[in-house]
Amino acid sequence: MLLLNASGCLDALTAPEVASSLDAFVTKTVTPEPRAGNAPVRIAETEHGMLNSIGLANPGRDVFVNETLPLLTRTVHVPIWVSVGGFCVRDYVETCEQLAGDAVACLELNLSCPNVDEAPESAAEIVAACREVTDKPLYAKVSPHSWDMAETVRAVEAAGADGVSMVNTLRGVALDAQLRATLARGAGGYSGPALKPVALAAVLAARRATALPIVGMGGVCTGRDALELIACGATHVAIGTVLFADCDAPARVRDELVAEATRAGFGQPDDAFAFALQNVARLAN
Amino acid sequence: MSRPRRERLRVAGVEAVGPYALVRVGRGGIDPGVPGQFVMLEAPGRVLPRPMSLCLAPRGELAFLLDPIGPGTTALARLERGDRLHVFGPLGNGFRLDMPRPLLVGGGIGIAPLPYLAEALERPPAVLGFRSALHAEAAVLLPNAEVVCDPTLVTDVMPLDRDVLACGPEPMLEAVRALVPDAQLAWEAPMACGYGACYGCVVEVDGELKRLCVEGPVLCSS
Repeated sequence: MLLLNASGCLDALTAPEVASSLDAFVTKTVTPEPRAGNAPVRIAETEHGMLNSIGLANPGRDVFVNETLPLLTRTVHVPIWVSVGGFCVRDYVETCEQLAGDAVACLELNLSCPNVDEAPESAAEIVAACREVTDKPLYAKVSPHSWDMAETVRAVEAAGADGVSMVNTLRGVALDAQLRATLARGAGGYSGPALKPVALAAVLAARRATALPIVGMGGVCTGRDALELIACGATHVAIGTVLFADCDAPARVRDELVAEATRAGFGQPDDAFAFALQNVARLAN
Repeated sequence: MSRPRRERLRVAGVEAVGPYALVRVGRGGIDPGVPGQFVMLEAPGRVLPRPMSLCLAPRGELAFLLDPIGPGTTALARLERGDRLHVFGPLGNGFRLDMPRPLLVGGGIGIAPLPYLAEALERPPAVLGFRSALHAEAAVLLPNAEVVCDPTLVTDVMPLDRDVLACGPEPMLEAVRALVPDAQLAWEAPMACGYGACYGCVVEVDGELKRLCVEGPVLCSS
């Protein structure tokens, strides 16, 4: 099992030591053109999570490839996964082509951005087109809004994905004391502890549909949370919102995971995967 | 600059200062940093920590002035001596201190970083503005400061021939900057992480979005 960060939840240029404490670092999503991101207010805490509407702020793929990536390879001592975003198939394909160098260990296609059609055909179309131009491991990051997770996962697998990542944030709204939307854009992506049951269900549904590696994420705060994702079929686990509250979360979650696995009678955390098959079998249609 | 550390520290005491709360914690291995820098304080029971600039650095302690207006700051104000909480800092960029004629300008809870700044600058003149006499009780933290209350504004009384270091609500900072374009201004924004990870704390300054936690919170336009 690898412990990663969820894309968008860590900037390795400002915190290289945090990125290096993971098993692999996932970049913020890279788009063809530079994006300043959305106007503030961009974040809002809620009772059991938080909303963000950052808006895929990034320097664009040219600056990323020529400036950011060389810096990352010098400061981050673990494999670098690049999150690729876009607004049409060609955006994804051309970015994948530009990321052919050795500095990139894996490509994660962000197929759950609000501006991309989330129908399985569209996700599969993007994966298939990217598969044509890259030999790197290709992960498809899918949305929890997907109406049929099993079908989405089967479609991206048939299109050539090497793995799937789930879940991205859920769309949410928070209101301030005067009952006005807190975020400048009104709605944002909901993350944090409240997302865990959604993530467990998504991973379970995906595991029933595929034998591909799954990066499970959504609301992981503790080693116990990570173990639960593995017991639902996650191969790897990513942490997101918890990194905002605890920059030492990678080491802590890893230690807790080993302790929780031992307590549950497993030799190692990966052994909890055996439970995934039972849990999948119990999942009603 | 000191490297930020994250430690679980013990609350030494919480005192009311007007409507605000002064939360004192044992310092542990955390460096107080430069005035204007901040730390992330774990807010009990909340998902995210809260950014607070250091108000005072008494021997062996760190003290933070906060306004209990939301669930996080209310939880912090309710801490009791002996409680423990995670503290991460120092973070961000503080004030430049090499000013020949400093003047501190503060508004409301924005006076929070000024007592520690005043110590570093050997008690320069200060102008503080508050919305009520109750809020103005916090001026006790800056003896000798000139204090004004609404409807009088700090910009009505501040001298203009000084090196201004200011912290307060956004309209006050904009008004100060209009009068003293090279003022050093400490800004505020909702912040999730404090170390450049979330991109949530941007503010628009001169048409550009800046991440306050790593480019600020003290910004100077000149």
